[in-house]
Amino acid sequence: MGDLVLQLQGVVRRFGSGEATTTALDGVDLAVRQGEVTGLIGPDGAGKTTLMRLAAALLLPDEGHIEVLGVDAVAEPVAVQSRIGYMPQRFGLYEDLSVQENLDLYADLQGLPSARRAARYDELMHMTGLAPFRKRLAGKLSGGMKQKLGLACALLREPELLLLDEPTVGVDPVSRRELWQIVYRQVRDHGMSVLLSTAYLDEAERCDRVALLHQGRLLGIDCPAVFSEPLKGDCFVLEVPPGVSARRLQRDLQAQAAIADALVEGEHLRVVRWPDQPLPTDLLGAQGPALDFQPVTPRFEDAFIRLLRSPDEQPPQMPQLEPASADARDEVVIRADHVVRRFGDFVAVKGISFEVRQGEVFGLLGANGAGKSTTFRMLCGLLPASDGHLSVAGHDLRHAAAQARARIGYMAQKFSLYANLTVLQNLRFFAAAYGLHGKRQSERVDWALDNFELRPLARRNTGELSLGHKQRLAFAAALMHEPQILFLDEPTSGVDPIARREFWARTNALAEAGITVLVTTHFMEEANYCDRLVIMAEGEVLAEGTPREIREGERDPQHPVPSMEDAFIALVSRREAAA
Amino acid sequence: MNLPGRDSRRRLHGMVRKEWLQILRDPSSIAIAFVLPVVLLFLFGYGVSLDAKDIRLGLVIEHMDDQSRDLAGAFVRSRFFQPHYYRDIQPAQQALTERRLDGIIWLRNNFSRRLQQPGPAPIGVLVNGIDANQARITGGYIQGVWFGWLEKYARAQGHKLDAPVQLEQRVWFNPAVNSRYFLVPGLIAIIMTLIGSLLTSMVIAREWERGTMEAMMATPLRIPEVLAGKLIPYFVLGMFGMLLTVALALWLFQVPLHGSFATLFLASALFMLVALAMGLLISIVAKNQFVAGQIAIIVTFLPAFILSGFIFDIGSMPAPIQVITYLVPARYFVAIAQTLFLAGDIWPVILPNLGAMALMLLIFMAIIRRKANKRIA
Repeated sequence: MGDLVLQLQGVVRRFGSGEATTTALDGVDLAVRQGEVTGLIGPDGAGKTTLMRLAAALLLPDEGHIEVLGVDAVAEPVAVQSRIGYMPQRFGLYEDLSVQENLDLYADLQGLPSARRAARYDELMHMTGLAPFRKRLAGKLSGGMKQKLGLACALLREPELLLLDEPTVGVDPVSRRELWQIVYRQVRDHGMSVLLSTAYLDEAERCDRVALLHQGRLLGIDCPAVFSEPLKGDCFVLEVPPGVSARRLQRDLQAQAAIADALVEGEHLRVVRWPDQPLPTDLLGAQGPALDFQPVTPRFEDAFIRLLRSPDEQPPQMPQLEPASADARDEVVIRADHVVRRFGDFVAVKGISFEVRQGEVFGLLGANGAGKSTTFRMLCGLLPASDGHLSVAGHDLRHAAAQARARIGYMAQKFSLYANLTVLQNLRFFAAAYGLHGKRQSERVDWALDNFELRPLARRNTGELSLGHKQRLAFAAALMHEPQILFLDEPTSGVDPIARREFWARTNALAEAGITVLVTTHFMEEANYCDRLVIMAEGEVLAEGTPREIREGERDPQHPVPSMEDAFIALVSRREAAA
Repeated sequence: MNLPGRDSRRRLHGMVRKEWLQILRDPSSIAIAFVLPVVLLFLFGYGVSLDAKDIRLGLVIEHMDDQSRDLAGAFVRSRFFQPHYYRDIQPAQQALTERRLDGIIWLRNNFSRRLQQPGPAPIGVLVNGIDANQARITGGYIQGVWFGWLEKYARAQGHKLDAPVQLEQRVWFNPAVNSRYFLVPGLIAIIMTLIGSLLTSMVIAREWERGTMEAMMATPLRIPEVLAGKLIPYFVLGMFGMLLTVALALWLFQVPLHGSFATLFLASALFMLVALAMGLLISIVAKNQFVAGQIAIIVTFLPAFILSGFIFDIGSMPAPIQVITYLVPARYFVAIAQTLFLAGDIWPVILPNLGAMALMLLIFMAIIRRKANKRIA
């Protein structure tokens, strides 16, 4: 066991005062070992950023003791800061300075001697692949390049402890992989210690040790395998029998008391059961085929979900809707034909085309900056297309944007709710905004409160809700006027895995009632929930099809069963090779 | 071996260079430092004038004879008036109501006869009082022309005008009573406030918004280095703005500088530091650009405009407002600048004002030193 580079003892940190006090960290004990990568995992609002800032001596704890590299972080912040490297969530780059100027600034601030600079710059630029871009302004770099430059700036003086606050949020999978490679190289070559926070559960598996943070408390810290150890024998994959809808099967499984988690994963369902519970092999009835559960090795995500859920928990309430008639299914309700959007010289969307049929869940998948949100705003009639043709629900958006808008529901990226209104007031407002009054309005508000389990929260101020609850409220608000088409822009960004599962369950229920759902996401694994999707990068469509078609299109000897992330990486690198 | 002093110099150097690069690349910094002074100077130099000129005067002459023609000629010859002639009072009053005239001189048909007789003044004067300041000036000018004509008329008649006191007016320091001469020096205070307080507080708030402050604070940078790193570039920028304003004032608007340039430079440098200190104080409270901008405008810019004596005379403000003006640093600088430009190095005026600014600077710096720390919340 190595030395400890970071030690937190009984750390409490509160924000605000009086009634508005929130406790971000509630008595956290944490020890990070030398020469290891420790992952700080937890949903949004768990206290990850607060912990990172405390470790960087940027915040004072209300209670408790923090020691970084043997130095008291409360008493001697500058002594701590001269030995650590810290990358905040938005990378801390000056966008109006060039790559080189950013490096020079941070080299000056960290006191890197001039004699060592040239060699260190070359090494970092080579490692991050930024060498050809040293004169480019940081603001003109892609998200992945910014992230690598931020990392390079934090690494300039080879810190003993590297703190990375959500370094991979919203960054494309290729860049995420490269970041992990760089981090591991530092650990291997320089014996650096790393504390890294992330909301991506698959990244937990890449850490030496994982600290699980939930609602300001540390649920445990150990090797990822130790977390998944107790789940041995409780994790299965299940081939979806032919003719059975994977989404419906998932929903039915999730409703079983024995099942802790069911997840669509390609052509399979991944199932986690509660300890010592029987598997519901006869779920499809006596006539239907028996379900064939194959045991698999548990992953960290399985453990995370089972840790955070409880067996007595009721499955989430699903919206009650009339099922759609089968004949309407094949009708094309959204058509994009060579759509272009320019902002000055910049072409955000470069002539994309696709069609969406009624009752489909259609995904736009891509990293930040791929053009997903721009495409979305054009489809909602919020932004005119520079070129090409768009029609939604049979209306040409160029001439009849208002008519089209009356039939769509839109949930914006940041949910656009009124933080100082209560849940009920928000719902009433949105109902009124869609022209619902009197009895009809109260019916719809009641429907939303019941179907989205918002009744217990009705009198709470929206600003106080967790991100997951806000998402649920925004979802309900977008459905007030019973739209036929629903646009969801990054609905799951930053939302914890449990709330994300609920969200997808609701989305599936809507699709089964014949509502067309368009959704953007940068979570690759969420693509599996879509009926069909397009993969976008830099304003272009790289692939279109069902999740299966897209994955199988990228099958190669190295990836006999490619995941959506593998497929995405293959598509992007093929595009870069062609360019 | 790295000496701490060398590290500190290097950090400061890095900060200042970064700030300069940002200033040079940010059009809004350049606009506030160099374009705005020019725009404000042109606005106040050419557009805004507190002098009354081209007053639209209605001359109602009911009966034309030698005396009334002679008096009308006196008004026409004055460079302040733009005469309009009427035979009747009604249309002239109508024009005054519709704001087509600023004032009316009414010579009744018995004007010449009444002039010979003792008794009340035989001319009627109507002034549009909606703009009280303009009305006062118009009234004054009319009176001036009337007395001048009356005296000449009396002398021509061979007897002295029997007014008890003869007023002889002489204006010192600004003999032409040109308002541009005192507006332009005051403008320097406005421009330096904009650069020192508004621009500086917004630039720091921008660093909070973009998350760069957080990354900077996590380096071994010390607080005095952060403060100096912001003060030095914006001090230089503000002094450039000041020099530009002074150069334009002297050569374009021909405002005389009676005092020494060295004194003006010294006083400006001190005021610039006070303005910067206010900018830094605001940025400790306001961590987004919108709030920083609002606070800077309300706390620094508007008082510098209204309460500094730049436009409105402090002596004629109500007593409580006068007390408030002592809290406005621009007040002291405006007093110095106007004295230096129009009167000269009058040390009994300059020294107390310099002292007041130095005291304010010390107080602000003490608060900043206490409040600024490396914790981000």
